[in-house]
Amino acid sequence: MITKRIIPCLDVKDGRVVKGVNFEGLSDVSSPITLAKFYSDCGADELVFYDITASSDGRKLFTDILCETAKSVFIPLTVGGGINTVEDFDRVLKCGADKVSVNSGAIKNPDLIYQAAKLYGDQCVVISADVKRVDGVFRVFAKGGRENTGMEAIKWIKRCVSNGAGEVVLNSIDTDGVKKGFDLEMLDKVCNAVNVPVIASGGAGCIEDFITLFNTLPKVDAGLAASIFHFGEVKISDLKAEMAKANIPTRLS
Amino acid sequence: MVAIIDYGVGNLFSLKSSLSFLGADVIVTSDENELKKADQIILPGVGAFEDAAKKLKETGLDIIIKELAKKGKPLMGICLGMQLLFDRSFEYGEHEGLGLIKGDVVAIKDDVSADLKIPHIGWNSLKFNGEPSPIFSNINDGDCVYFVHSFYAKNCDKSVIATTQYGATLTAAVADKNVYGCQFHPEKSGAVGLNILKAFLDLKEK
Repeated sequence: MITKRIIPCLDVKDGRVVKGVNFEGLSDVSSPITLAKFYSDCGADELVFYDITASSDGRKLFTDILCETAKSVFIPLTVGGGINTVEDFDRVLKCGADKVSVNSGAIKNPDLIYQAAKLYGDQCVVISADVKRVDGVFRVFAKGGRENTGMEAIKWIKRCVSNGAGEVVLNSIDTDGVKKGFDLEMLDKVCNAVNVPVIASGGAGCIEDFITLFNTLPKVDAGLAASIFHFGEVKISDLKAEMAKANIPTRLS
Repeated sequence: MVAIIDYGVGNLFSLKSSLSFLGADVIVTSDENELKKADQIILPGVGAFEDAAKKLKETGLDIIIKELAKKGKPLMGICLGMQLLFDRSFEYGEHEGLGLIKGDVVAIKDDVSADLKIPHIGWNSLKFNGEPSPIFSNINDGDCVYFVHSFYAKNCDKSVIATTQYGATLTAAVADKNVYGCQFHPEKSGAVGLNILKAFLDLKEK
């Protein structure tokens, strides 16, 4: 049985992990390499590195860090943030990324997904969508969730998948940061619209939220979160043990 | 020294890193003499079968690989590299492989229900077929490894050393004497994957 994936997301700025990380016993909690190794040892199934750097110097630092990480962490690595061109794909894939997620870059240039999928294969291209309810309709937001594009979300995601996106990260702006569980309604709609893996993001506050996610929506492939893992509110090893207890297919390491 | 065969297919960064991490002396090469000198050789690959098979032929690497394999040098094909070991593939047409292991490469979608997601992506468990193969000496039946593929090897009964379940029983790994193939990516399969590579690095030419 294919297992449900648990994916911590690291926001990296100028080569350092930001958004506060709080772990005892780690010598350098802001080092993406240290953290990546830590999560990999705890049983994370995949890691997302999100580049929130704005400068080109920061970009260079990011790819250096990615390279270093990929030399000692041997689980799939997905990179997002600042991916606007096929050259950006090339830049991070050469440094050990396995998948590349696009968000605003695909909104600005919808051809990007098609071009990248043709060059690197569907399995390499992830569409990440920030979605929010506006007057009862799911809308796609750009610029880190600040700008309503007016596009209807399900239609947009279907279009990205038919252009070659091999995976969808669905981030619900409505549940993000609320810590009361994933957006099951939104996820259900997306799962029924596409036949590629769907990764749930936004809303997890405790172990039970992941159990509810996978039990309610067996079509969801993975759960992604950031701060609850970074702050130790949810320990990945505990989460996976609980998932296995609840008979959810889980990789135990 | 372990040699990764360089024939312009796929990204070798992670594979090279994982072998270096294990302390191996790694070379990425298409040079016949270097391949002859190597203790083990790995045939990697991501992408389309036809293109990869063509590249092996154009460079003459197909003949070199077959010769070295027949002489008993440990050879491991990974992902598309594994599929290339078989007689033929039906990926967009019919294409000839290296013929080092008996079997055909066919589309997963033809053998599973239509609602199953293709490619088969993610961590899935291995079921050993019979006694554990030497490359599995450091891992356990049921351990999970990372897969990314849309085609799989079929009709290769005797050489199957492990399978995985994804709507059907899929060939996960094969072996015929000194020739090994992994459909999954050991270089992306955490500690389990590293243990498989480590066991392969312990194999010697007979």
